[in-house]
This record gives sequence, structure tokens and C-alpha cells, in this order.
Amino acid sequence: MSYFVHSDENRKEMLKTIGIGSIEELFDCIPENICNPEIELDKPLDEKSLKEELCVIGGKNKMIKNFFSFIGGGAYNHYIPGAVKSILGISQFYTSYTPYQAEISQGTLQYMFEFQSLICRITGMDISNASMYDGASSLAEAILMAGKINGNKKVLLSAAVNPQYREVCRTYCSGQNIDIKEVGYKNGKTDINLIRDEMDEMAGSVIIIIQNPNFFGCFEDVYELHDILKKYPECFFIAVINPMSIGLIKRPSDYGADIVVGEGQVFGNALSFGGPYLGFFATKKDYLRQIPGRIVGQTVDTDGNKTFVLTFQNREQHIRKYKATSNICTNHSLNALAATVYLSIIGENGLRHISNICLQRAHYFAEKIKPLDKFQLKFNSGFFNEFVLSSRLNIRDVIDRFYKNKILPGIYLGDNYPELRDCILVSITEMNSIESINKYTEVLKSF
Amino acid sequence: MKTIFQKSKKGSNNFKIEETGINEFDLSELIPSELLREYEIGIPELSENEVVRHFTNLSVKNYGVDNGIYPLGSCTMKYNPKINEEISNFNCFADIHPFQREEDIQGCLHVIFGLGEMLKKIVGLDAVTLQPSAGAHGELCGLLTVKKYFDEKKEKRNIAIIPDSAHGTNFASASMAGFEVIEIKSDRDTGTIDVGLLENIINKEFDKIAIIMITNPNTLGIFEKDILKISEIIHKNKSLLYYDGANLNAIIGKVRPGDMGFDIVHLNLHKTFSTPHGGGGPGSGPIIVKKELKEFLPVPVVEKNANRYFLNYNLKNSIGRMKSFYGNFSVILKAYCYLLSIGNNLKIIAEDAVLNSNYLKYKLKDFFDIPYKKNSMHEFVISAKNYKQTGATALNIAKRLIDYGIHPPTVYFPSVVDEAIMIEPTETENIDRLDYLVDVLKKILNEAKNNPDILKTAPVEKDIKRVNELKALKEPILKQ
Repeated sequence: MSYFVHSDENRKEMLKTIGIGSIEELFDCIPENICNPEIELDKPLDEKSLKEELCVIGGKNKMIKNFFSFIGGGAYNHYIPGAVKSILGISQFYTSYTPYQAEISQGTLQYMFEFQSLICRITGMDISNASMYDGASSLAEAILMAGKINGNKKVLLSAAVNPQYREVCRTYCSGQNIDIKEVGYKNGKTDINLIRDEMDEMAGSVIIIIQNPNFFGCFEDVYELHDILKKYPECFFIAVINPMSIGLIKRPSDYGADIVVGEGQVFGNALSFGGPYLGFFATKKDYLRQIPGRIVGQTVDTDGNKTFVLTFQNREQHIRKYKATSNICTNHSLNALAATVYLSIIGENGLRHISNICLQRAHYFAEKIKPLDKFQLKFNSGFFNEFVLSSRLNIRDVIDRFYKNKILPGIYLGDNYPELRDCILVSITEMNSIESINKYTEVLKSF
Repeated sequence: MKTIFQKSKKGSNNFKIEETGINEFDLSELIPSELLREYEIGIPELSENEVVRHFTNLSVKNYGVDNGIYPLGSCTMKYNPKINEEISNFNCFADIHPFQREEDIQGCLHVIFGLGEMLKKIVGLDAVTLQPSAGAHGELCGLLTVKKYFDEKKEKRNIAIIPDSAHGTNFASASMAGFEVIEIKSDRDTGTIDVGLLENIINKEFDKIAIIMITNPNTLGIFEKDILKISEIIHKNKSLLYYDGANLNAIIGKVRPGDMGFDIVHLNLHKTFSTPHGGGGPGSGPIIVKKELKEFLPVPVVEKNANRYFLNYNLKNSIGRMKSFYGNFSVILKAYCYLLSIGNNLKIIAEDAVLNSNYLKYKLKDFFDIPYKKNSMHEFVISAKNYKQTGATALNIAKRLIDYGIHPPTVYFPSVVDEAIMIEPTETENIDRLDYLVDVLKKILNEAKNNPDILKTAPVEKDIKRVNELKALKEPILKQ
């Protein structure tokens, strides 16, 4: 297949216009000894062969719809309404560039503005940017921003925050002089007493990071934390949320968050083997000039009509260079469009509805597990749609039997939490039928 | 156009997935009372029909590569093949959870590994990670890798040298990675790196210099002719050479960064490798390095043992992780498909891209000042400074192009050129499209003489007129 547009005649004609004899002359500036290297690539595939080849390669994957899947842990299998895919397939959206030229980019600019508005409504915060790469990198950027604002270079990071997020934070902070200390958990929740002690010792000059609901699915004691924060106004509180939970629970603005970040994949973005997903980033209006990434603002055109435009660009790398608030340039605009369409399709009640199915079925499931003696819920704290299941048997054998029954039982936790080496994290969404939960329970009973 | 919130009608959305299917618990039993949300948050309520119309009507206010020529310098707005979009939506790729068992994700790992192998060949280096989400993310990843490399060698090198014509991301990434930046001025006549200046900096700061970041061809579209000399000087100083792949489209298949002496390269799959820009993302920014740097790359990396692919988490001195999971997979998949369809025709990409650019430049040379004439590759910069007085500033020309159905080129970048207009046609535009761009630019210059007002107020023939950026800044409205 060829995406080349010129015939050899065209090329000759163009060379003649330019006044040179061959295309090679255009590459004269490249040192001769390294020009035109041998690069071994296969013959081009035509479209039909390409499609067939990729069907064969894709066939080596096993789709989750062929299993009963209970895997979550930062990427969730939610239903994606047909309208989302249909809108994402419009080429004026996906073949356009960053909307620097506002006059021919109002489509992108307006949905970005609507996305920012939705994120403010979901988080309860004043301002939002137009997206980040994913939840993890969004959290890392939040630390860098918080560090710059109040000079706090010590971070208290809950061990109940998603382990991959914690790794990304450490990698980002390795370029800066920021010290990350992990805070342990108790009964599935961050140990707030440990935070209180640290705060007293540091007189509040720290950055605190809590995920709610946390990696184990548990609700954190955020109001207890809020009371401590009131005592130390200089402390910076970054909340990580699963935005789907906001269908039922309060927003981080209610419990004192300064920055709210998270993963927006749950809103209309396919699992797609881990990406591209959608980081969101919201904060208080006082920090407008410190926020990373693009921001869209409302304005007017010369006729006085309402329009939208990229604004506060003097924070960004193309203007401020090394003094920029972040290096981020390309963001995840199309994923933000997916979330914007998704939320518009499901609406206020739909968000509550889906959130409720996840919560109800997860608790239905938990009730089924409680009477068993070889398996139990590791923690008895309140949870949203994920819980930790512990086993008295060899967990590897247990997992194997699930696979044989076409069930993906959850994520093994021992690699990241040695103390949970007999545990798995089980996730439930509206895609998990009651039948699948009953089947899971039967397998547990078979031991 | 009204926003989605202004179109919301209470009670018009009855969206339902399905019934819970059980006797529901009382919410107060499941959620701590202080956490239970009882107020509304204002997610709009519309019928599906109205939602679809809203976004469809928004889409026509956009301009994409599928609408026409998009000669945005430094952005490589080439055609995005439709088959690649179709394949990336296949359930056998979209419906895969990143935490599935290794044996169940062999297809995805095959794609990541396969693309990585091809990219290694194309740039002439040894090890690859496809984890970074975008060019700037790749830069940060690359620079943290370099930092760790010198840390392990117990060398305190904290300076990154960056030419003044570089993309803003280079400076910002270096600063995020903890480097001190020394900006080096370009030679005024050639637009390329002044080797004498570079030598001076090295003589002064020699054992503090970690890296020099070079875009080649640079943002003026000019090939750094002294690259082998620069490489020699840098390596003699035991520093490293970084290749910003934003402009790889100019040289792909014609010369390999590895052969030019680069130690570390980032690429933009959403530029050279045809994946769509998505209105500003998602992209993908792989890093490819010399074997000495492999152990510092982020984990996991995808490797192959006999016929089985696996995720290797055991790199001795890994910088850690740049994001969750393994990279922007669907973008990686599209780039993989693109390379399979291009195959060993690779160098035609660069040849046609450079031919198109030089053709345009030749046709415009009698009308515009062209500050750097030699060694132009896939893009070139013209200056509108001679027309400034008539109102034909770079900005006004850009806005008037919109009236003629052409997406404006990049303007006012690089800043080393006054009234810069930076044009990158890419290889996927035919002669008619190029000629049309030339004709329109000529017409606009005529308008500047005869009807200057039209330029100052352009666009005038579209629904949206010139947008007031200052008002957005002075009276910020950032949400509804």
C-alpha cells in the first residue's frame, strides 16, 4: 500500500522547477559516508494483507469478554455507549492539531472548555486543565506544582495509593530535590495517626497524598484528615480519586483538597492494553498561574460572538521555556473528548446509576464471601467497587483454578505488598453480571 | 454555539445500563454518612440525539488533515491512514486489560516489540522503550535516563546545552529533570550550531556538561552540517548527544541518528509515523538508546525469548516508571501498521517531504524574504518582515489563509527569525495542493497592497471572526 502521492513524472517536474537533476542533491548536506544506509525492513504490505496480518497478531490476545473478568487496579472495564465511539470517529476531531488557531478550532476548544467544566463539577474544584497523559503522571505533576508553590519538599505519600502512581511520582521527583516518605495503612485505610505525628513534627510543611477510594477500594478517613489540615493551613493536600465513585460520594473539595487528580479512563475510554488514558488535574483558582498543561478560556470574536481560545499560555513551555510550569505539550485531548461525550450521554442520573451498580454488586459479592472459611475479606473498612480477598490456601493454586474456569479473579498483590502475598484485589463494575459473581463464588466454594 | 450545559433539560436523559439485579442495600449501610453525596453536581441532561448533534455540530467548526493542506511547521501534519484507525479499534486490541496474564496478551506484546525493533533499525541504536506518552514525556524520560547514567558513574554533570532555535519543551524538560540549561546561539548566517561557541562552552564547563540536545534538521528546517564534528567534540568531553526526533520526517531512511553519533533519541509517533494528532493528543514518544544506556530505561521493557514475549522488570538501574502500564498502546499499534505498509519504501517519506518543501520554497523565494537559503530539508522559514508595514504580518497572513480554506503554518517560531512563517507541507500533499498554497500566498500579498484592511481583520469569510485572546486573559472564564 502506498500513501505517497507523486508519480515519477511529478517528481521530475518538481525537480525541474527547482532546477536540480535528482532528489539526492537535496540531501547533499548529509555527510556522504552515512547517507542512504541499509535498513532492513520487509516489503510493504497492501491494505488487505495488513489487515489479515493484524488479525493474526490480534488473535494471539485473549479478549476479556471471553472471561468473567474481575481485574481493575487503575484500569476498569466499563460499558462504552455507541455514541462515544461514533463521535470519536469524526475526522475533524481526530485529524486536527492542538487548537492554536482558534478561528478554525472552535470544535476542539469548546469541548475542551466543556471538559474542564465537567472536571470542575466532578471534583468540586475551581479550575481544571484540558487533560494530562494519565492519572499517574497527573499526580506526579501535582507534586511538582505543590512543591513550587509553598516550597514544601517533603511528601507524605500513602502506601494505599496505586503502586504504579507511586513509582511514577518517584521517577518524576528524582529530577528534583523532593523527599517522598510513604505512610502505612491499617485495616485497608491510610493510618491517619502517622500523618498527624509527621505533621506535628514538620509543623505542617508537607505535601499529603491520599487516594479515595484507595487502591484497595476502601474509603479513607478523609474527614479526620480534614480536621488535621485545618490546623496546618500551609500543608498541601493532593487527592487522587476514581471519578466514577463521585456518582455516590462527596467530592474532594468537600474535605479540603488543594489539588485533585485521577484517571478518567472510566469515562468512555477503552481498556486498550493500558493506554492512551486520561489524566485530569483540578485545583483552586489561586493556583491558576502554576497549573501545568493547556487551559481553554471563553472570550469573544470581533463580531462579539462567544468563542473559546487557549489562554494563560505564558505558563507553558513554548513561551516560558525552562521557567515553564511543566514541559507538557501534547496532552490527551481525544481522550478528554471521549469523557466529555460519555458524561453527556449518561447525565447526572446515569453517573449515579452506574456508580450504584458497581457499589451494590461489589457488596453483594462481599456478602457471598463472608460465610466462607478458606477465604475472607482482608479488611472490614467500607469500600466502593474493589476489595481485597485473602486466602488460607496457596494463592497461586487458587488463581490457576479460576483461570481454568475462565475467570480472571483479580490482581495478585504480593509483588507490591509483601504482607499481602496471600491476597488478590477484586474489582467489580457494571460489566460483571450477577451470574459471573455467583460463578466466582462457586469456584471459591469448590476449595 | 451554546454549550452542552446550556442545552441541558432536566429529566430529558433516562440513560440506563441495566438493573442492578439484586435486592439493593441501603446506601447508608455501605458508605460512611459523612462521605455520602446528596447534592447534585450538574452533569448535563440531554437526550442521546441532542448529545450527538451537539458534538457533530462542533466537529464542523474544526479543520483537520482530512479537510485540506495543514502546513504547520514542526508538526508534521501528514495523512492519517484510515485502515490504521480501523485496526486500532479491533476488539482483539481494544478489549485487552493491561493486567491480564502474559500468555493472554502475546498479540499486544508482539506489536510493542515489533515496533521497537523497527524503530531501532531506523535510528540505528540498540534499546528502546515505548512507555512515554508524547514527545515532551519522552524528553523527560530520556533526560532522567541520562541523569541516572552519570549518577551511577559518580560524575556530577548537571548542564544541558540547548540551541536557541530548539523547541520550548527541550528547555522545560531539562529543567524538570534537574539540569541547568545553557542556551547556545545559532550562527546568524547559516542558522546552525556555531561550533566555535560550542567549543568555548565546553572548554569552560567541560566536566559539568552532561548533554547537548539537538534537533536535526533544526527548527529552521536546516540540516546541522557539522553534526559529525559536534559529535566528536561532545564525546571527547565524555558528554552525551541527544536527538530530538520532532523533525525525523526529513531524514527517515536517509540517515540514522545513531550514525550521526547520537546516543539517545526520542521520536514522535504522532508526527513521522502518521498517527493522528487528535486535536492535541494522544501521541507517543518512544526513547531509543545506545546499549550503555539500556539499564537505565523505565520498566517494564518488552522482550522476546524464543517465540514468547514477556515484560522485563529487571533493569539494573532503571529510572522507574513514566506512566501507568506500558505506553499509549493504540497509538503504538497505528504506527506499527504504518511501518508495515511503508516497509522498505521508508526513504521515499523523507525524499518526498524534502522535495515538497523545496518546491514550495523555490516558488515563494521571489515573494518572501528567506533568511536561511541553504540545506533546507522538510520545512523552511520565510519572513514577512518586508510586508509588515502593509499589514501583512505573519499573524495576519496566517489568519487570511483560513479564509482560503488553508490551515495556517506555524508563525513567530523559531524566534530567531523576525515575522517567521514556518512551512512544513509533508510528503502527503500533491502538486495541486502545493501550487494552491503558493497562489493564495501571492494573492494575500496583493491584498496587502490593495486592500490591507481585509488582512487586519481576517478571517472575514468564516462564521468565527478574529478571536480576542487578550479578553480571555483579562477576564478569565475557564469553566461553566
